[in-house]
Amino acid sequence: MIVRILGEGQLHVDDSASHELNELDAKLEAAVERNDESGFKPALDELLARVRAIGRPAEPGALEPSELILPGQDATMADVRKLLAGDGVIPG
Amino acid sequence: MGVMKRVSMLFRAKANKALDRMEDPRETLDYSYQTQLELLQKVRRGVADVATSRKRVELQINQLQLSSDKLDRQARDALAVGREDLARDALTRKAGVQSQMSDLNTQYTALQGEEEKLTGASQRLQAKVDAFRTKKETIKATYTAAEAQTRINEAFTGISEEMGDVGLAIQRAEDKTEQMKARAGAIDELMASGALDDMVGGPRDDIQAELDRMGAGHDVDAELARMKGELGQGGAPRQIEGTANGTDAAAAGAASAASDGQTAQAMPPVQSADQPQAGDGT
Repeated sequence: MIVRILGEGQLHVDDSASHELNELDAKLEAAVERNDESGFKPALDELLARVRAIGRPAEPGALEPSELILPGQDATMADVRKLLAGDGVIPG
Repeated sequence: MGVMKRVSMLFRAKANKALDRMEDPRETLDYSYQTQLELLQKVRRGVADVATSRKRVELQINQLQLSSDKLDRQARDALAVGREDLARDALTRKAGVQSQMSDLNTQYTALQGEEEKLTGASQRLQAKVDAFRTKKETIKATYTAAEAQTRINEAFTGISEEMGDVGLAIQRAEDKTEQMKARAGAIDELMASGALDDMVGGPRDDIQAELDRMGAGHDVDAELARMKGELGQGGAPRQIEGTANGTDAAAAGAASAASDGQTAQAMPPVQSADQPQAGDGT
């Protein structure tokens, strides 16, 4: 599957990593829901580090949409919240 | 559902909405391509804006460094003539300047990071825009409107996602450069007001003025002593006054000569008109 890290581009990640990534993602989501600023950053860092470790950069000219999209490295909890709130945040 | 999936669905929903509006996808492809080119222009302008901001901060850091060096020198000069109060004043100001500098250094690094990110975003978008153009021409040449719809879906969603990502990056960079511009403007104002003491040798530099005054005092004392020696203690008070005034006027002339040569040229006649008696006396 293809995973995008916002601000960095797309990566190919083996489907078998789905389960592991979902667990890390659940931690991130829980931190956002609890409004837990101190848990948010480590959870995001861990998820991003894992995706970078197992992912291979996609072809720059590939036009496939991503299965999963991750917030960028410097995203704050407020950024993620705005992103999840949807309408109007995503430009273009 | 996790964060990653939700975000990707939001991006996709955005693209689907645009796709639904297309009546003849083959025509809309051109419109979409136009939008992509515009975004590409925008991201390139973004890179240039961030670079301009970064250079401005760099310039300010250099100016503050000059101020800091100068205040350091002044503190040493003041200590050398036994004026600890002046030295303390200079060092206090230096600490203020240094704190501004460390702040600016942080901003500088942040702007550098933004510049790199936007440059990367611009390159990624360029690659996708090129790929999209090829695909669009193939589709336009090969398929009917109905067929084109299904053929273009994925490519459109893919590039729409990239455009959303780049758009977010531009927004963030714009926010940061706006903040930086406000800060840089505030620092420029501080410098202009003399509060940060960047006016090297400028009129508002009271520490330097005090040091100069003391230096001038030394010179006058030395000259007095020399003249007393020449005249065998016979110096009249009026002559001493005239000499002291002459020294002040010469110092003022020298100071303005740095900024305005014409003022300096205007000085000698004034001096000679003041001193015919001194000339007669010699």
